Amino acid sequence: MNVELSRRGFLKAAGVGVAGTTIGAFGFAELEAAHAAAIRPFKLANTMETRNTCPYCSVACGIIMYSKGDLRKGETAEILHIEGDADHPTNRGTLCPKGAALKDFVKAETRLKYPMIRKPGSDKFERVSWDQALDRIARLMKDDRDANFIAANAAGVPVNRWTTVGFLAASATTNETAYLTYKVVRSTGIVAFDNQARV
Amino acid sequence: MTNSWTDIRNTDLVIIMGGNAAEAHPCGFKWVTEAKANRGAKLIVVDPRYTRSASVSDFYAPIRQGTDIAFLLGVINYCIQNDKVQWQYVKAFTNAAYVVKDGFAYKDGLFTGYDENKRDYDRSTWEYEIGPDGFAVVDETLQNPRCVWNLLKAHVAAYTPEMVERICGTPKDKFLKVAQMIAECSSPTKTMTSMYALGWTQHSKGSQNIRSMAMLQLILGNIGVRGGGMNALRGHSNIQGLTDVGLMSNLLPGYLNIPVERETDLATYMSSRAFKPLRPNQTSYWQNYKKFFVSFQKAMWGGAATAENDFAYNFLPKLDVPAYDVLRTFEMMHQGKVNGYFCQGFNPLLAFPNRQKITESLSKLKWLVTMDPLETETSRFWENHGEYNNVNSASIQTEVIQLPSTCFAEDDGSLTNSGRWLQWHWAGGTPPGEAKHDTWIMAQIHRRLRALYEKEGGAFPDPILNLTWNYKDPGEPSPEELAKEINGYAVETLYDPADPTKVVLEKGKQVVNFSVLRDDGTTACGCWIYSGCFNEAGNNMARRDNSDPDDTGAYLNWTFAWPLNRRILYNRASADLQGNPWDPTRKLIAWDGTKWSGYDVPDIAPNAKPDVVGPFIMNQEGVSRLFARGLMRDGPFPVHYEPFEAPIANVIAPKIRGNPVARIFQSDVPQFATSEEFPYAATSYRLTEHFHYWTKHNRVNATLQPEFFVEISEQLAAEKGIAHGSWVRVWSKRGEVKAKAVVTKRIKPLICDGKPVHVVGIPLHWGFTGQARKGWGPNSLTPFVGDANIETPEYKAFLVNIEPTTAPATV
Ligand code: SF4
Repeated sequence: MNVELSRRGFLKAAGVGVAGTTIGAFGFAELEAAHAAAIRPFKLANTMETRNTCPYCSVACGIIMYSKGDLRKGETAEILHIEGDADHPTNRGTLCPKGAALKDFVKAETRLKYPMIRKPGSDKFERVSWDQALDRIARLMKDDRDANFIAANAAGVPVNRWTTVGFLAASATTNETAYLTYKVVRSTGIVAFDNQARV
Repeated sequence: MTNSWTDIRNTDLVIIMGGNAAEAHPCGFKWVTEAKANRGAKLIVVDPRYTRSASVSDFYAPIRQGTDIAFLLGVINYCIQNDKVQWQYVKAFTNAAYVVKDGFAYKDGLFTGYDENKRDYDRSTWEYEIGPDGFAVVDETLQNPRCVWNLLKAHVAAYTPEMVERICGTPKDKFLKVAQMIAECSSPTKTMTSMYALGWTQHSKGSQNIRSMAMLQLILGNIGVRGGGMNALRGHSNIQGLTDVGLMSNLLPGYLNIPVERETDLATYMSSRAFKPLRPNQTSYWQNYKKFFVSFQKAMWGGAATAENDFAYNFLPKLDVPAYDVLRTFEMMHQGKVNGYFCQGFNPLLAFPNRQKITESLSKLKWLVTMDPLETETSRFWENHGEYNNVNSASIQTEVIQLPSTCFAEDDGSLTNSGRWLQWHWAGGTPPGEAKHDTWIMAQIHRRLRALYEKEGGAFPDPILNLTWNYKDPGEPSPEELAKEINGYAVETLYDPADPTKVVLEKGKQVVNFSVLRDDGTTACGCWIYSGCFNEAGNNMARRDNSDPDDTGAYLNWTFAWPLNRRILYNRASADLQGNPWDPTRKLIAWDGTKWSGYDVPDIAPNAKPDVVGPFIMNQEGVSRLFARGLMRDGPFPVHYEPFEAPIANVIAPKIRGNPVARIFQSDVPQFATSEEFPYAATSYRLTEHFHYWTKHNRVNATLQPEFFVEISEQLAAEKGIAHGSWVRVWSKRGEVKAKAVVTKRIKPLICDGKPVHVVGIPLHWGFTGQARKGWGPNSLTPFVGDANIETPEYKAFLVNIEPTTAPATV
């Protein structure tokens, strides 16, 4: 069963009495169905629920995010509430003081919204477009790589090292982001490549 | 973790040492509570502070930070002296019986082969004696004085309970109580689990802290069993994943290595990676190394990686030093040798040691790019915040480009928890403003750089121009496409080697798992250990069946665990030499006369005979290693070394400062303090209300723990005239912080080598951005020193001084 089972879909199924196998797959059988059917539908009628995991520590508690608007229909979605996922085997619905306040991270005032550049010697950031920021980065990388790339060592062995630029990767990004980051960084010859693993 | 969070329910004894799970991993700690309530399990906490974990423990023993090896070797010594050993396990599943080469010795804190100038060992004698048959010599009677068991016995003999008390400050009776409780788990039907975290890793001998416990767990027969194991409670949600995918200077995905300079071609590179079994009939699974390596190269460079060009071997960089880890990189930056730097979701200004040096280093960059959902201190390192960041913006010539990225709630993909479960998640919200996915940002950087190389040419553009990029939208590869590439696929149609007419897998199909990967370029796989995560059955990381037959805690149909959906590593070791579970009530897998099966995916070939093939299939020996051979830089056995900044001299080797092969740079040595100048032993830690420097941006968490504080004992407070809640200045040889003093009974002075040692506790959650009050992190104080094997900085043990002061001028 490799599909995402949305709680809403499950509840709808439960609501019209098509219990049987669908519910069995959750492992909680009638108990949860009855419980959920009794108290959930009102709240869920107006929100989209999405399964996610807490991005803080590596217990990786399951969470359910409730939003107004459905991303899957191409709508704008605003997260209204986040709570523990009772179906999750590790946390079984519980969250610690960090996970319980996750909505405040999503909505923090200090979330970044626009690319910014701080010029040398300046005391402020200035807003730029993504194109300006990314073209600038590509140019800075290319000029430095062309000037400092070590193609071969003294013995003539190809070593393809670029030591004058480094990259620190993030420990809260997905494996898929990590892999893409790996490809992009390694293809340039950057060797000063690291992440929080050994910090 | 060798095991999983949900497996902790199966244990009899939990030891929390080098961590504080109740505080830092609360919802995982619930499984300790379950084990206590349902099985009568006990909890031991060993820590310098009476932590939140200690408050719910059955027994608490204090210890001075940085002395865990002395304590653990003391427990091993106790087990050996009192015959508390799981003998069948030790004899069959460890290298206790292996005979070590003549010439290997240990004396006064050093092993054979030390070169003081290089601060490194010649490790050639740290090896087994090899017999005429080409295999390691073993003495199953354990009589040979040079067998590992006898060397170990002699090595740990110095760590008596009296010596442990002298070094660690743990009163002898408390140490003995802990040792006795642990020793009970040498019974085949009693199991202990070790839960540790950064309290063990962040030392100049962090790797050996962990090794010490791993050795103890092997002696007790606790590895590979339900309720046992070595359980690293990793600090971040995907630190396990980032490590697995190999985002480190010297790694390729799946724990393969970046070549070094002397490995001039693929044949040379492979010559030291043959992994020939060291005993007859052993698996030595790394013999498949080349399949994984070549499949990775095919994933990276596709058609440009051919047998003729060594599968694009030369597209990879070759290292001239062991690694360009962060300490080396910031040292180079400090010397002006680094021009540009990227920080993707990482805040080094508060995360790396010796903040003054970090600020100076960042100020020498020509450019810095940050990608983060939040305002980090690093992206504003050039901004003056009074005492909290006292810099002169005008003199800092670094161009800073700050890119807004999305957070967890706004993207799809998988994170790997510390139990190695790859759990898929889904986006539920629209990113704020113009914030973008990291995948989009990385793709855009690559596309633009590639376009410049296409147009202008330049330094060796081949690896960039030929990077596999067959995504539907080249500007933003989808998480599913990337997950499929990580899983691997057939580049050509695969035929059965035994019957070439039989098709194993059609070209373009997803491989079922890494067992079908090949070294001839016909398969591609981004990260072999993850293979199986997204095969033709679909996205296995998205599975959500939480059934758990017989309540073993395995949850085999919940998401996907690497490798091969296995939940407990080394699980073959849960059964004896006949293949029967050591503890029938805790069966994991068993041998039915022809094959292995059970509650978990067997960690052994299904038809491997239990009395022939050893359980540690990744090792050339087939057994685990009490003696690490030359695989650890600082010794085949752990040794107690003091932290670089320690309140007492090393009792067992007074002339040695710190770990003799730890990562230090000469330029930092003048900044290491002595206990005469800086008398107090400081340590750093997390609080349950905060996650690093992120949650101070959240209103709720910033309210729960609004302001920076340090913790000291009542005795130290009285000595220094510090009142509870008053301002103190804490300084080291590298910097200073101001904080409110929390005077607590939870920290008590220890007596080490006859002298009182005061501990100063410094939590790590404040900076100058976000909603919480401004403050500092411990990294303003900590030394620029790294572990000998993996360069993790020594954040957990350093020296400071403390005095009353007045409030900082607010900014
Ligand atoms: S809710 Fe707490 S325990 Fe669970 S993953 Fe998040 S930080 Fe960890």
